[in-house]
Order: sequence, then structure tokens, then C-alpha cells
Amino acid sequence: MNRRETFLLAGSSLVALPAIAQETPRRGGVMTVHFATEQRILNPSLQASTGVYIVGGKIQEALVDLDAAGNPTPVLAESWESSPDGKTITFKLRAGVTWHDGKPFTSADVAFTAMEMWKKILNYGTTLQLYLTAVDTPDPLTAVFRYERPMPLGLLLRALPDLGYISPKHIYETGDIRQNPANTAPIGTGPFRFVQYERGQFIIAERNPNYWRPNLPYLDRVVWRVVGDRAAAAAQMEAGQILFSPYSALAISDLQRLGRDPRFEVTTRGNEGNARTNTLEFNFRNPILADIRVRQALAHALNIPFFIENFLGPFAKPGTGPIPSVSTDYYPAGMPQYPFDAARANRLLDEAGHRRGAGGARFSLRLHPAPWGEDISLFATFIQQSLSQVGVRVEIVRLDAAGWLRTIYNDHNFDLASGWHQYRSDPAVSTTVWYRSGSPVGAPWTNQWGWSDPTIDQIIDNAATELDVGRRRALYADFVRRAQTELPLWMPIEQIFVSVFNRRLRNVGNNPRWASSSWHDTWLAS
Amino acid sequence: MRFLSLAAKRLAASLPTLLLILIGMFLLLQLAPGDTVDAMLAQMGGGDASIAADLRRFYGLDLSVPAQLGHYLWRLIRLDLGFSAIYGKPVATVILERLPATLSLMGASLSLAFSAGMALGVIAARRVNRWPDTLISTVGLIFYATPSFWFGLMAIVLFSVHLQWLPAGGFGDVAMGYTGWRAALDIAWHLVLPTITLGLIFLAIYLRIMRASMLEVLSLDFVRTARAKGLRETRIITRHVLRNALLPMVTLIGLQAGTMLGGAVVVESVFSLPGLGRLAYESVVQRDLNTLLGIVFVSALLVIAVNFCVDLLYARLDPRIGT
Repeated sequence: MNRRETFLLAGSSLVALPAIAQETPRRGGVMTVHFATEQRILNPSLQASTGVYIVGGKIQEALVDLDAAGNPTPVLAESWESSPDGKTITFKLRAGVTWHDGKPFTSADVAFTAMEMWKKILNYGTTLQLYLTAVDTPDPLTAVFRYERPMPLGLLLRALPDLGYISPKHIYETGDIRQNPANTAPIGTGPFRFVQYERGQFIIAERNPNYWRPNLPYLDRVVWRVVGDRAAAAAQMEAGQILFSPYSALAISDLQRLGRDPRFEVTTRGNEGNARTNTLEFNFRNPILADIRVRQALAHALNIPFFIENFLGPFAKPGTGPIPSVSTDYYPAGMPQYPFDAARANRLLDEAGHRRGAGGARFSLRLHPAPWGEDISLFATFIQQSLSQVGVRVEIVRLDAAGWLRTIYNDHNFDLASGWHQYRSDPAVSTTVWYRSGSPVGAPWTNQWGWSDPTIDQIIDNAATELDVGRRRALYADFVRRAQTELPLWMPIEQIFVSVFNRRLRNVGNNPRWASSSWHDTWLAS
Repeated sequence: MRFLSLAAKRLAASLPTLLLILIGMFLLLQLAPGDTVDAMLAQMGGGDASIAADLRRFYGLDLSVPAQLGHYLWRLIRLDLGFSAIYGKPVATVILERLPATLSLMGASLSLAFSAGMALGVIAARRVNRWPDTLISTVGLIFYATPSFWFGLMAIVLFSVHLQWLPAGGFGDVAMGYTGWRAALDIAWHLVLPTITLGLIFLAIYLRIMRASMLEVLSLDFVRTARAKGLRETRIITRHVLRNALLPMVTLIGLQAGTMLGGAVVVESVFSLPGLGRLAYESVVQRDLNTLLGIVFVSALLVIAVNFCVDLLYARLDPRIGT
């Protein structure tokens, strides 16, 4: 094939592709959204969670977002550059953007949000911006972030879509930020303007007529319906009262049922940036579990592919370590694994000195499953039954959210725990804290196992400030290898959240964090 | 005047109970592992220890338990229910916002259960041990034995998903933006299924009580006298029997007002109604002490008020009972 042919072929496919989706976007319509995880506030620069992004992400905007390919794309920042030493990162901001109350958006807003919110209040933001010393504003459209230690630009740009939402300084500069009324009636620059919030019922936002992207958004309104009961939400979806249910909020059986219904699309598309892994957490304060052979044996005793095939269906796959396979930049292949091997599990337990006693039992453990997610509950039962095959008795202890967090991460009163680890675009954001020692007692989803390893601490620290992408990737491969060898906790299942779309919706799921993104180009077919 | 003094006396008599309930709730919730900041961190998906410490100070959780209780009671004396952790608003406001949904659901289903229960009970008693009686009693038993969440979901599947006659949930259709009478009608329309779901469960109890009470009164001497003097059967039932048979029914209303506040949690969840039951459930899960205690307080007041009305009704129905 010569160059001319290649060009022609490429040209024809370029023409052909849009032809498939050759529909003129329709203006108007109300998008109704299932809101299962009502939070206390709606402002994403104060709280990083999907339950806030699903609403606040349409009203407020971040400096950058992710494009369809998962690369950082400009939103409120138009361009960025890092100094060679990685300690100064300069953002050029978009001109002509106004807040919903009419005031102009400037670098002062960025500086205020970064220093007062991201660095002091925003969860994960406080860790990410730990070494941020100042944000200079030489002019209204330039914000210069100054760091005490080198900040890898790639890390910052991958973290900012979630941890980079901007709030208006003129609203927040006086009084206690946590008590500001704008926390539940947000003012932003986004495509939708906040209208009304009735707790436990609904939130309404309407089209922002002065949005900086010309002639957007298409939708007139977005209405979030608070529906806590999963079966009821599925019924509302079928009755057409809800058009979109995000973040695996429906029951697994309903997801499978709706997936067969031509009116709906049930997919992981648009959630690639929200990967999570199921965990099996070990408490090293229990001497039985402090023995590596026991931890390996427990891992070998679980037939993960069988569990996935029979309980979770097509939306899960076996996990290979703390960095999930959706992380194209940092996913390392060929790491130590623990395939199902009951004979080996039995041998390891024998070697560790836990011979089978009366009734074939070796020892008993308590397992605390986290109360969110049907899969966690199913997994706990599966663990219980699988481990009984190798002579380990498991007692399942169920607690609600507050009780679970307190018991595991503060009181350390458990043997085994199982929940979710959420991967947030870069291992340094919320993954390495599960392994790094030195987290204060009570910090949830951190290393509270009673395990500390200077080797992994060193790797984590080096990777967090490494500016060279290649070297950083190599360090994270070392990190995963060490984590999989020492096995302080095990992440055997990888999942991506599932969205359910009514097929009338168009331009949905077109970026890796779509449910959290701004929906400026989403429209509703008649 | 007599009415007011009676009301005041009633309230004063229930104050010690109310206080005990509140202190008991406060201490019970201390026994649950985790506090409202843990619940918030669970929602947020994590945060470091300094954030948690900051939030505990913000919510006043850094004080000792007796100090927190003391603060609470002192505020209560000044009729201040405190600040809700989940809602970021005064508890009184939060509860007031939720009261309309709860009261309308409660009122509607109580009326349904009472009137239908009464009618069916009378029919069953008049055709005792014949097929209408058996049919009514069996159906009542089925309603009573069915779990309300299942009943609600089946009603949604049938009437909302398949037939598309009624909305599947919510307290009015927000997307339409109705106001005034149109909004009230819309809300009533949304309340049809929840009212039936909640009402049918209680219907069975009223039906049974009414039937038994009718049968008892029907066997009394004055009914025989009435029959002997040649009154028509309908007149005997309405004038003589019904009025006397109603007393246990009225007692039941007083008893069930409290049960209904609690039983509504499930129905409110299934139909996504913003009522007190769901608020209470949420407050427990989120360890929002102030809100939970506020709900207990308001519910207790409601039950006291309903029972007071029941006492007044007694006097109306049976002049021999003084107030």
C-alpha cells in the first residue's frame, strides 16, 4: 500500500465514522439521573467522591478533564507547563469565563481554591498538595503553582480532573468554608446552573445561558432523583422516570435483566477512570496472619475466576495487583500471582504449623465485609465457603459504614476485612497509601494492617517525586512486585463501575470519567 | 379552657418519659461503633487524619460523652433541637421539611385502613361464618402477612412499569415544575400507591378488631331489645351496634400512630418519599445524633397528640367516659 492509498483509506474512514453517528443534536429536554449516594455537600472542590461529582461536576469545572483517550484536556486551564526541576507548574487560564452569578473567573479563584480548599479540606487533595507552598497570580489569567518538592506534571494532570475543581473566591473568602451556604447551592462556571436542592428528594440544575463553550449545553435541565432502594430505582428506570443510573447503583440481577432490554444500554463505557479492586485485608496483629505462608495459602484457596463467572458476570475480571489493567501508563505485566490451588494452600498451612484438628478445622478467623456493594457481600460468603475447604473457619461480621470504618481502621479489631480499593488515575493518589507505613491510626483506606516495610516505603516515596515517566513506570512495577510478594493485602478482583443508560441519551460515556464529567455535549433524542 | 388544661396536664405527664427516651437514645447511639465523621469519610471515600480531626471539632465530637449530653439537654430546655450534621441546617427545619410527606402518608393510609377496615369488618360480622366472612378474613390475612417492601415493589412493577398508570416513586414530579393546586394533585397522585401499600397492612388489623367487636356487641342485651321493638336491621347496626363497636377501633388508632411512623420507613424507601422514617434511618446510618433525637422528640409529641385526640373521641362516642 503506498502513501496515497493509505491517505485515501484514512480519509474515507474519517468520512465514514461520523456517518454512523450522523444525527443532529437536539436542543432541549430534561435528563433525569439516579442519585443513590446523597452526600452532605455538592461542592467538588471540598469533597472528592463520585457522589459529589455526579452533581457538582456539571455545575463547577476543573482546570483539566480527560478526553476520550484518557489524556488531560483543557477546561478552565488552556495550557500548562512545568519547570525543569518540577517545582513550578504554570497554568494559563481560559479568558472570558464567568461564574453563574456573573462575576469573572480569574487566577485569584484558582489560588484561593488551591490554598484554602485543596490543600486544607479536600480529601486526597491534602495529600496531593502537601508540598504546595504558594500559588502566584502574576496576571488574572496565569496561576503559578510552587512546590517544595518536585511534582510530576503527569501525576498532577491525571489527578486534577477529580481533585482540581475550582470554587469562586468571592463567595468563599469570608466566613467558615465548611458552613458556606454555597456548599449545597453551588456556584460554578459549568454548563448547568444550580436551581434547587430538596434533601432526600431531588436536585435541579438548568442550562447556563452564558456558558463559555458556544451553543452548549444541549439539555434544558438535569434533575437528580434521590432513590435509595435499588429495586425501586430499577423500576423507575423501566418506567422512564430515570434515564441514567451511574456507578453500579442497581442490583447485579437488575443490571443483567436491563442489559437484555433493547431500551437500555448497560455498560462500563465511560467509567474506565473509576476502576476499583476488591480487597482481602489481613490484620498482622493476629500472629497467624503475620505468617506469609498463611496469607499465600488463603489466596491460593480462593477460585477467583469461578467466583467472577458465577456471581459478578461480565463486568469484573481477575485482578493482578494494586494497579488495575485500565491504568495504561502504570500497569505492570508479569507480577507474582496466586492462582487457585487448594493442594498448595493445604500444604502451606501445614508447613506454617496449622495442622487440621477436630473436624478438619485448623483455626478460625473473623471476616468483616464492607457494607457497600453487593459484590463485597457475595465475596465474603464465597471466602467463607472456600476457606472452610482448606480447614479455616470464617465467621462473617457485618457492620454499617461508620461501624466498619471505625472497627477496621481505628480499632484494628478484625482478622480479615474485605472492601474496595479505588484507583484514581495515578497510583500516588489513593493506591500507595494502602501500603505506605506511617498513616495515623484511624485514617480509612490506608495501611492499618500492622505491617511496615521500609523497602516499599522507599519505592513509594521515590515514585511520588520522580519526574521521568519511564523511571516512574519502573518504580511502580517494583511497587506492585513487592506488594504481591509480601501480600499485606490482596486485590484479586478488578471491576469497573457499570452505567445504565436509556438509549434516548446521546453522547454518553464518551470519556473515562463520564458520570463525573460536565455533560456539556449530552443530548436527548426525541 | 378545660380542654387546654387537660392538654397541658397530658403534656406535663409525658415529659419525664420523653426525657428518659431522649437520654436512652443518646446513650444507645454512643454504643454503636463509629461516629458521624466515620460515616462521612465512608461517603467521601477517604481522607487523611487531619481532615477527620478537623471535622470532629467542627461537629463538636471532641468533647466527652457527658459533656455532649449536657450540651444537648441544655439546648433542648431552650427548645433548640440543634444542628443536623448531614444536612447542615437546624434540625427543626429539617424535620419540618419532612413532616408534610410523613403526615400526608400517615393520614391517608390511616384513613384508608380505618374506613375500609370498618366497612369490611361490618360486612364480615353480618355474614359471620359464611362465604363473605371467610373471603374477607382470608384476604385480610394475606395483606397482613405480606411484607410491605414486596407489596410496594409488586405494585410498582404492575401499575408503574407494566400498566404505566401511576408514578413509580417520588413526592410529586419535579421535572414538570407544577405549582399551586396542580402540584397538590400531582403529590396526591404520587401518594396513591404508597398509601395503599401502607394502608393494606394495617387494614387487616382493623378488619379483625371491627369484626370481633361487632360480634361481641351484637350478642348484647340492648341489641336484642332493639330487635324486639321491631327496628330494622340496618338501623340497629348503624345506630346501636356500630357506635359501641367503634371504641376498640379508636383505641387502635392511638396505638398505631406510633407504629405507622416506624412502619413507614420501608414504604418511604421503596417509593422514595422524603418522610421522617427515612430521615430516621439515614440519621442512624450516618450517626447524626441531633437529627435522630429531634425525630424521636417530634414523633413522641405526635403520638401524644394523637392519643389526646383519641381520648377526646372516646368521650364523644361514649358519654359515660369522662375526660
